[in-house]
Amino acid sequence: MRPLHVNAIGLLAPGLPDWARGRSVLRRDMAYAPSEMPPFDANLLPRAERRRTTFTIRLALQVAQEAMTASGGSPAGVYSVFACSGGDTEILDKICTALTLPERPVSPGHFHNSVHNAPAGYWAIGSGSRAPSTSLSAYDSSFAAGLVDAMSLVAVEDRAVLLVAYDVPPPHALLPFRPLCAPFGTALLLSNEASGEGATRLSLEIARQQEEDQMADPGLEALRVGNPAARSLPLLRLLAQRGAGQVVLPYFPDSQLLIRVAPR
Amino acid sequence: MEPLSITAYSMVNALGVGAQASLEALQRRRGGLCPCDFEDAALNAWIGRVDGVEDVTLPGHLAKFACRNNRLAQMGLTQDGFADRVAEARHRYGASRIGVFVGTSTSGIRQTERAYRARNPDTGALPTWFRYRYTHNIFSVADLARRLLQLQGPAQAVSTACSSSAKVFGTAYRHIQAGFCDAAVVGGVDSLCLTTLYGFNSLEVVSSRPCRPWDVARNGISVGEAAGFALLERARPDHPDMLVLGYGESVDAYHMSTPHPEGLGAKLAMERALASAGLSAAAIDYINLHGTATAANDATEDLAVVSVFGTNAPCSSTKGWTGHTLGAAGITEILLTCLAVEHGFIPGTLNTELVDPSLGAAVQLDNRRCALHRAISNSFGFGGNNCSVVVGRGY
Repeated sequence: MRPLHVNAIGLLAPGLPDWARGRSVLRRDMAYAPSEMPPFDANLLPRAERRRTTFTIRLALQVAQEAMTASGGSPAGVYSVFACSGGDTEILDKICTALTLPERPVSPGHFHNSVHNAPAGYWAIGSGSRAPSTSLSAYDSSFAAGLVDAMSLVAVEDRAVLLVAYDVPPPHALLPFRPLCAPFGTALLLSNEASGEGATRLSLEIARQQEEDQMADPGLEALRVGNPAARSLPLLRLLAQRGAGQVVLPYFPDSQLLIRVAPR
Repeated sequence: MEPLSITAYSMVNALGVGAQASLEALQRRRGGLCPCDFEDAALNAWIGRVDGVEDVTLPGHLAKFACRNNRLAQMGLTQDGFADRVAEARHRYGASRIGVFVGTSTSGIRQTERAYRARNPDTGALPTWFRYRYTHNIFSVADLARRLLQLQGPAQAVSTACSSSAKVFGTAYRHIQAGFCDAAVVGGVDSLCLTTLYGFNSLEVVSSRPCRPWDVARNGISVGEAAGFALLERARPDHPDMLVLGYGESVDAYHMSTPHPEGLGAKLAMERALASAGLSAAAIDYINLHGTATAANDATEDLAVVSVFGTNAPCSSTKGWTGHTLGAAGITEILLTCLAVEHGFIPGTLNTELVDPSLGAAVQLDNRRCALHRAISNSFGFGGNNCSVVVGRGY
């Protein structure tokens, strides 16, 4: 499979408010401070729709919009892959709580927002793109599975693909069973063609018995292991460094992704 | 696309256990719906329930996966000699060269529903028996399949509501074409739970009678549960396999729970599927409709079908037999379509009595013996996520 290009990046997590600011922290992999996330300012959705969205949906839309805007291109023909390990646990908590009441008052709005592909649906509504979109989970391997999926899409369809990976700590009742440490979202716009000054060439293979890369900064390493979408951090660090190099990300217990990058 | 062979498949649904049970139920016009008797759901609805799920035991080392959805998954994986065929493929290709792509919409959420009912009344803490990762989490059914079949290749759960286990065919094709694997297990599993029964009920789209797609008196869906799996390999010359000939996907970009009023996304999915198969609309002998029997779905799907195929192309919905199996609807209906092609008949539209005169598609009510070469199956889901898959003979 030929290398493709990462043409734009979106990023949002505590202490990583967007790619422009986050990349200087990631490039040095030191002095990370998990400061409070800025308020969401993605504005693709009409206000009425935006009011119905949850934290998870807004996180996904924010990084997706950041990457699309940075690319300067239209989302119209851009395929999308939304990778999230657990879906919208805030909504699922509300539904399961409603089901404990005698009348079982499940809200219709909560129900249609509970589908794993809700962020993808809102992205389509906001961007107007009718290009194919998938939403997936591979639990802790969700970022890697999403990247493999996105690359297979680029390879076979020869179109730009927006990969959006995001996860949010669940509400109180579920947190002990899925102890994510912080929210994290990232988006990569991938294409066979390079576009823009920052385009980086990327190739990937599935490997075995490779050791996964870690972050040097303890806070970033805690984020990496504390949120499945943040398994992307070593790759983002490499992309921030704008040089040539390689990185190993965990895939399944029996395999890894060996990724090589180089400036275009 | 380069055709893929469907070299093995299995089915479990309200029509029974195994593909033969589904085939006989279709041919004998015997539907699988019953009045809702699931848990203590007090709903005036009909459901497609699989008997015997509660009695399934998972192997000891996979006991942590125990929940209705995974029991149903295991039933599916062990039917029709499917697991044996996958084992043969594993020897041929290597365990790391077979992917696993399974669709589901609610996975094992029933466990979470039960856990919330058993919360500590003072602290709100969920009980310690709750195994979120291996039951509720969306990936759990794909994880279980991967472990049961002893595969080590790429894997993911696809969760795009009702198109999930149609999209997995495209996912598998792309992973194979990109070189990440040489074969794939695709499938879909969704099981009865209060979330979907009460969720669809809150949207007022659940019928109080067995669903009747395209009927002038249609008034909603009947929720069903099912598991289905297929083994996909690059097409084998000189083998009379059922082939995956094409797939098409789209998003409505309109509303989360209402389809595009002109069926634009549905039209795109069908057109892209035909283009992918290199076929004209006239080459399709039968359309298996998404046909959920809601007022909105059937009306918009009708517009789209007529726009692509005209008013003479035979079509039907099989949801009157199985119910709407949600994340398993794609695989279930693609496999029912394969059965129809293999056995040379068009299944009618069970339960439907009078086709809505405002709808134009050539919906068949009765079964009809008919040589079929190529057929298309539609699956359209919440969030406006659409997928159509073309199957048939290569010749």
